[in-house]
Amino acid sequence: MTEPNNPSRRQFIRTSAALGTGLMLELHFTHNALASSSDAANHFTPNAWLEIQPDNTVIFTLAESEMGQGVMTSLPMILAEELEVNWQHIQVRQAPYNPIYGKQSTGGSTSVSQGWEVLRHAGATARIMLIAAAAQQWKVTANECRAENSRIIHPASGRSFAFGELAQHAAQQSLPTTVKLKRPNEYRIIGKSMPRLDSPKKITGTAEFGIDVRVPGMLIATIKHSPVFGGKVKTIDDSLAKTMPGVKKIVNLGDSVAVIANNFWTAKKALDVVKLTWSTPADNPINSATLRQQFIAALAKPGAIARNDGDGKLALNGTTRIDADYSVPFQAHATMEPMNCTAHVHDGGCEIWAPTQTPSTVYSVALAHGLSSFDRFMVKLKGKVSNTPSAAIRVNTTLIGGGFGRRLETDFVKEAILLSKAVAAPVKLIWTREEDIQHDFYRPMALARLSATLDNKGNVLSWSYKLASPSLQDADEPGSLGDEVDAGAVSGARNLPYTIPNINVAYVLVRTPAPIGPWRSVGNSINGFITECFMDELAYAAKKDPVAFRLAYLKDKPQHSAVLELAASKSGWGKKLSPGHALGAAVHYSFGSYVAQVAEVSLGKNNKLIVHKVTCAVDCGLVVNPDSAVAQIEGAIVFGLTATLKSAITLEHGAVVQSNFHDFPLLDISEMPSIEVHFIPSDEDPRGLGEPGVPPIAAAVMNAYFALTKKRVRQLPFTTQPV
Amino acid sequence: MPVYTLRVNQQQHTVDVPEDMPLLWVLRDVIGLTGTKYSCGIGLCGTCTVHVSGEPLRACTVPIANVAQQEITTIEGLAAKELHPVQQAWLDEQVAQCGYCQPGQVMSAAALLKKIPNPTDTQIDQYMAGNLCRCGTYLRIRRAIHRAAKLLNNANTS
Repeated sequence: MTEPNNPSRRQFIRTSAALGTGLMLELHFTHNALASSSDAANHFTPNAWLEIQPDNTVIFTLAESEMGQGVMTSLPMILAEELEVNWQHIQVRQAPYNPIYGKQSTGGSTSVSQGWEVLRHAGATARIMLIAAAAQQWKVTANECRAENSRIIHPASGRSFAFGELAQHAAQQSLPTTVKLKRPNEYRIIGKSMPRLDSPKKITGTAEFGIDVRVPGMLIATIKHSPVFGGKVKTIDDSLAKTMPGVKKIVNLGDSVAVIANNFWTAKKALDVVKLTWSTPADNPINSATLRQQFIAALAKPGAIARNDGDGKLALNGTTRIDADYSVPFQAHATMEPMNCTAHVHDGGCEIWAPTQTPSTVYSVALAHGLSSFDRFMVKLKGKVSNTPSAAIRVNTTLIGGGFGRRLETDFVKEAILLSKAVAAPVKLIWTREEDIQHDFYRPMALARLSATLDNKGNVLSWSYKLASPSLQDADEPGSLGDEVDAGAVSGARNLPYTIPNINVAYVLVRTPAPIGPWRSVGNSINGFITECFMDELAYAAKKDPVAFRLAYLKDKPQHSAVLELAASKSGWGKKLSPGHALGAAVHYSFGSYVAQVAEVSLGKNNKLIVHKVTCAVDCGLVVNPDSAVAQIEGAIVFGLTATLKSAITLEHGAVVQSNFHDFPLLDISEMPSIEVHFIPSDEDPRGLGEPGVPPIAAAVMNAYFALTKKRVRQLPFTTQPV
Repeated sequence: MPVYTLRVNQQQHTVDVPEDMPLLWVLRDVIGLTGTKYSCGIGLCGTCTVHVSGEPLRACTVPIANVAQQEITTIEGLAAKELHPVQQAWLDEQVAQCGYCQPGQVMSAAALLKKIPNPTDTQIDQYMAGNLCRCGTYLRIRRAIHRAAKLLNNANTS
């Protein structure tokens, strides 16, 4: 596909000869163009491809990454609704990287909300053009015709055409100037639970994840990174490894060493016998205990002001003052599919197959590391005159065995490229689980210091929240944050929803040698836990019911209130529970959505904390694929429960202590609570859903634990409580 | 290197690999059956579960020398002409999210139902606790196993 630089609106549509299959209709759309009814001057960055083939197949090209969140189904549903296509005719094709889609990066719970407008317009526009094509052939007016079930029908005469029969003529119609979209009460597909299109392959073993890629002539590599962050290879003795049958090459990448062999097992066995010593950076003999002291010291600093309501200081007329420090550890993503990437650097080009959330960044990495300087120069030169990706670089996105933010990083892509270069052959690099756990970009550890004052009637007069944590922005570009607040770090704390006369939120940057990155819900996972536990502390200090207490401070927050009331009522809040059971509640807003959760807990044998049930209420606007949406909330709760109850990453001597699922345990099926998910009925545009289920769960569970035991947990995970 | 003959999904394969090479890598890298997944490599997560002589085994820790000559079934061979009832139930309950652990979950569940045709929740939990899922599909796995049990019982009585 080639696109001129400044195409007019007419050029959104094009026909092209599909080799041997006739003509197809392709539509390209942009957010900008569709947001406006004016034409010519709109910037052209199409982000959806729709292809109607002569055999009625409607191919939806997915530019986002499917990592379990269901976009491979929910996004075509949105388009199919307006197109009036028979859902059985929809096929999904994963897009390779192409700048016509704009930035291809899947994160921030944005796929559905960003696709909502543009995909409905894409479907409706195609429908209108199919109708126009049919009307033209029948010599009737367009409004005598309608689309239904992949056909255009002329009811008066009983005639009809299948979409496929009209594709060629439709492509010659002019683009409609206005597009009328359906009202929510007209939806047939949106709002109905549609089976996921990726399911059949996933349960028969035929789905291709990154790790399953096989390329002719491919070798397989595995890698060992410096255990200490920032370390370099000091000495390497590969004399034994080199002699092992099947070993092709041992490559020193400076901060890591890889073995390339004809299969993974050979590579791993050889790497195990490569004798390595590492130089350690002088400033990094760090461990979690010393790091904690740094965080505590940071809390003594004033910090950058993120929010200052009222006089911003603790109100002096309070009769009760509550102080508390909270902390959370580093967390690994621990995707079930370990990091991997296949790269083929060849003459004048580079092809990548990656389970990636960000094909755009993979392309940049390939450009930087997979081409000779001459080829890179040529690619950049051509890039200036054309908006197409260079033919020299091809980025193929595979299915992803868990993302959660880890696959927004591209460290493993660069390594695969360098290894392919080293042997001039395609190389599939597979990290072991141990490398995956020990060389993640972790959810940062964080400490927070909170204070609040209440008057003698239990009214909260002031709230002060100071967060000491690393900054993703500063980690990406050291120094770039300056003395400012990292907005991501304080998300969920800065926008505390409660109406309190004096609110002060401050942020202190603490740097850490451990790499950090986005982890499902980012700063909200930290601040949701801390703010909602502390609010619970205040409720008990005020001797009020924790739900009623919150609601009293949410009078101008109807959406928070609605989800909290719904979750509470569905959970049986205030009613009699089984003996030895207790409830805890939390509510949190993130990624555009409101989520309240009530956890029911008890203590089992050896005082093991058992979470019996989580009742969840969600307001995420209109729900596109309800059953898949429930699954996202279930998954978010499990993800959050693992971090609440079980897992943590700690450092000793500059290296991660944990290495596999024995010391980074995940919640298993025997620990699984029942989960009830209630969506607030809504016709509002859809908002985020993949992440917002995570932040409230830790607080809901720990508040329930307090209700049961009167012990306040201020440090996660639960298993690390100081005795 | 020694030569081993093994039967995978009722097909015979002769492979020339080191005797300590785990079955997982023979399947994936030598035979080319990539449906069985690698995740922990030390038998902790169940992602690589296959059936060897009808018993569920973690393919990542079983050396090829131990399983040669035995009948091996992988996720690719579980279905005969149509989906195995466990697979059908997995579709009906829309279990999979990312799907990476699901081949192992399905293989474990199929083995469970062979042993206990009508498992209780507790029996399911005990049997399946070694199959981890980071996406959190456990509730659906439980439901799907109950559903598969019904499908299997109906098939057996009809």
